[in-house]
Amino acid sequence: MNRIDRTFAELKEQGRAAFSVYLCAGDPDLETTRDLVVSFDKAGVDFVELGMPFSDPIADGPVIQAAGQRSLDRGTKLADVLDIAAQIREQSDIPIVLMTYYNIIHRFGLDNLAREATRVGIDGLIIADLIPEEADDLLAVARPADLATVFFVAPTSTDDRIKLAEETSTGFIYCVSVTGITGARDALPPDLRDHLRRVRALTTKPLVVGFGVSRPEHVQALSDVADGIIVGSAVVRQIEQASNLPREQLVEQVAAFAGELAAATR
Amino acid sequence: MARPQQSTPDERGHFGPYGGMFVPETLMPALLELGREFQAARQDPAFRDELDGYLAEYAGRPTPLYFAARLSEVVESRVYLKREDLLHTGAHKINNTLGQALLARRMGKKRIIAETGAGQHGVATATAAAVFGMECVVYMGSEDMERQALNVFRMRQLGAEVREVTHGSRTLKDAITEAMRDYVTNVRTTNYVLGSILGPHPYPLIVREFQSVIGREAREQIVARERRQPDLLLACVGGGSNSIGLFHPFLGDESVDMLGVEAGGLGDGLGRHAARFLGGTLGVLHGDRTLVLQDASGQIARTHSISAGLDYAAVGPELVHLRDQGRVRFTTVSDDEALDAFSRLSKLEGIIPALESAHAVAQLLKMAGELPEIVIINLSGRGDKDVQAVAKHLGEELH
Repeated sequence: MNRIDRTFAELKEQGRAAFSVYLCAGDPDLETTRDLVVSFDKAGVDFVELGMPFSDPIADGPVIQAAGQRSLDRGTKLADVLDIAAQIREQSDIPIVLMTYYNIIHRFGLDNLAREATRVGIDGLIIADLIPEEADDLLAVARPADLATVFFVAPTSTDDRIKLAEETSTGFIYCVSVTGITGARDALPPDLRDHLRRVRALTTKPLVVGFGVSRPEHVQALSDVADGIIVGSAVVRQIEQASNLPREQLVEQVAAFAGELAAATR
Repeated sequence: MARPQQSTPDERGHFGPYGGMFVPETLMPALLELGREFQAARQDPAFRDELDGYLAEYAGRPTPLYFAARLSEVVESRVYLKREDLLHTGAHKINNTLGQALLARRMGKKRIIAETGAGQHGVATATAAAVFGMECVVYMGSEDMERQALNVFRMRQLGAEVREVTHGSRTLKDAITEAMRDYVTNVRTTNYVLGSILGPHPYPLIVREFQSVIGREAREQIVARERRQPDLLLACVGGGSNSIGLFHPFLGDESVDMLGVEAGGLGDGLGRHAARFLGGTLGVLHGDRTLVLQDASGQIARTHSISAGLDYAAVGPELVHLRDQGRVRFTTVSDDEALDAFSRLSKLEGIIPALESAHAVAQLLKMAGELPEIVIINLSGRGDKDVQAVAKHLGEELH
């Protein structure tokens, strides 16, 4: 059983939703990314999405796009992100899901990716622009490597497509909260709970909600309807705002913010 | 007449290994609906009649196939120009935007969005939005807004909102990225009117269908003039919409050679050109798998062309498939050669071509003396929008 399945199984016994953070690898630098993830683990974050930036991120809002651009300007490559994952593994057993766009892994080579991701201790993959129908090549290499493949359901998804995500996802299903791109929002969409109930009725795998979730009260409100909650842009913005601080201070401050959000699931 | 050879994608838009649908899940239901609605519309005589009516009475179809006598003499061949430059708004783009706007209306969408590079597709979308009373937003890179200031003004006059894109290379690539983000966010109320045979299925198919009117007309017109099919078709290739529009109806005519002309820009080296068939590798950008100019890590490269409409890192997936089959060949001409052709065609024929189309003319001039007997060039647009950029390049200042 890989770390993601184990985490959801444990949390189910505890009767608690998972709390997860997305961060953009290499913003402000890779060493900070490593230290942040290790500190998130200690602060109560249950798993992380480690983002490998892409030059043309069609599913992301301005905050994550800008972080990705800063990282790319420093020359971040997928191999560097895999190295950082290996360094995290030396200090932490937190489940790590690599999140990126298809061209990045297509260029890297899917075989190569499956081998390297397993080697460094990555547990799963989320590809923002990959739908189950186009994923045969990826599934063929991810399954034998026990890498989770996480697909999305959106508020616009039909029942057929929700079932397709259920059939092809391993680890969990990513429920996009809003019809839109990533980015912190003041309030959750009013029909989100209905959307989640509809997905729940058609699926058996853990449902994790992301996009637009930014505050402890959002996390709390979702804890009883979702199996997990992901906060991305709100954390990425905290990292950006603290980027002038010395690394240790930045890490401490952002981990404290993540800890507050994580506490809302408890 | 031989029946056109089929170049039909599978149900998810794969032309061999190219094409497909690489998009966020949020868009999938809308793209599937668009595909269904498109198939229904193309078989609906009422839809076809309405579109044909607008193409004839509003856009100015059919466009002439003009025998360019003086140009023919220079290059020692019989050269015909398919005069898409004479269409309303000045380029072939209106063929597609009228079709897609009617499709949006049929689907009950009241807002359309578009990306634009040279501004021609943006102007054509803004025009279609105006004539059908729709809200319109056009995304345009800030570098292109500067290069094509005239078209920015035109779009605004037509009632469209032009949104400046200031990230990345600030050209067409980034405008498409931004338009896709808008589409993901507003998919319930909005149709994305994509301007080329790019992006996720069904766009490459939809745009090809609406642009194929160019080749269907040319095929009849050349037979009326020459009593036979041409030997060579020439068209510039950005995303590929004007080239596929001319080429597609001729695919089954085995004797017809087809040559696509890419932007060679300043010469060799990633970032100095937009020659995907020379420098591109297999990749996935903006929803489809195709040849992409990218670095070793899979980040999309910057591109360069003096012509904003050809300045894009990927090329339509169907064209790559046709290249693999040996059906269509591709070549490049440089910025300087295109500028020279811009000037030559103006003086020889009294026709100022768009810098995009000037690439096709430049290739013709390069082949002078070695051309087959009958050649058709798709003169995809007129050059009014480019006069300022060309003047600047020649060191002249316009007031």
